[in-house]
Amino acid sequence: MDFTDEQIERYSRHIMLPEVGGVGQIKMLEAKVLLIGAGGLGSPAAYYLAAAGIGNLGIVDFDVVDLSNLQRQIIHSTERIGMLKTESAKKTIEALNPDVKVTLFNEKLTADNILRIFEGYDYILDGTDNFATRYLINDACVMTGKTNIHGSIFRFEGQATVFQPKVGPCYRCLYPEPPPPGLVPNCQEGGVLGVLAGVIGNLQVVETLKLILGQGNTLVGSLLIYDALNTEFRKLKLKRDSNCPVCSDNPTITELIDYEEFCGLSR
Amino acid sequence: MAVKVRIPTPLMKLTDNKSEVSAEGSTISDIFNDLEAQFSGIKDRICEENGSPRRFINIYVNEEDIRFLDGEKTAVKEGDEISIIPAIAGGTR
Repeated sequence: MDFTDEQIERYSRHIMLPEVGGVGQIKMLEAKVLLIGAGGLGSPAAYYLAAAGIGNLGIVDFDVVDLSNLQRQIIHSTERIGMLKTESAKKTIEALNPDVKVTLFNEKLTADNILRIFEGYDYILDGTDNFATRYLINDACVMTGKTNIHGSIFRFEGQATVFQPKVGPCYRCLYPEPPPPGLVPNCQEGGVLGVLAGVIGNLQVVETLKLILGQGNTLVGSLLIYDALNTEFRKLKLKRDSNCPVCSDNPTITELIDYEEFCGLSR
Repeated sequence: MAVKVRIPTPLMKLTDNKSEVSAEGSTISDIFNDLEAQFSGIKDRICEENGSPRRFINIYVNEEDIRFLDGEKTAVKEGDEISIIPAIAGGTR
């Protein structure tokens, strides 16, 4: 592809970086990234991915914008309360960068639709809010060989990592089983510092861009912990579990399962 | 031997809101028992009845996951940093 004059100007601060250059910017414009959730993590992630010129952005969400979201979900706005989050995100992205082709999936991600939604995307950015969907995304990523850029937040603490199938561990290598329902509170129950979503969501973007560009070292095999109250980042080592039911050489789970049941949730 | 233990947010209710505490012992098991002596109820949150960590909580000695060392029998030495890292799911709502 050839850049237009407008694109050369828009992406000039990227193009002048030796690690990006024109070649890297074209890789970004041709990249296909799927965002699961246009909420706390997904808002800053979608915003910066769009600014960077990621050419194809899929967004999955079934929720509508609520006033209590706006403390951290910066892609939405007060006048969009009640609007589908996907539609609201698309409006913001299109106003920011017309190079981005946005595809919306106004549905709840399930074992029945995930493979259809995943089709055509190379990178999956997990910004969901519950364990059932996180295990579903993990298993589908392992089964389809897609890279899962993971982030999660609680109160003043965040976690980020990259699960690259067969290269590094998966979510089940890290946490073989979810906590029983009710034991670990979510942000709705426990609260969260709004800007923490920006820190972790943007760390997910940084990892995604490096993966697309093939530059630097990523969080594959490392778990980054951010403690906002004490201003500390810690990096812990993650290893593949040779007995992992999904990503080991002899997996016992080879098809998507019932994740609500796996997480002990009544149907 | 004294080690530093990092307490994750969901367990800070049990440690008077302290995110970092000190504990004594020569293995991870000892450390769990000393934590329980200091903060009643915390061991039950971290461990199964058999004393091994729950499957949604990982324990690290410095950067290393004890599952890939000697589990709860993993030795610790003066100055080690123990991290308790539970799965958290928050992101959207």
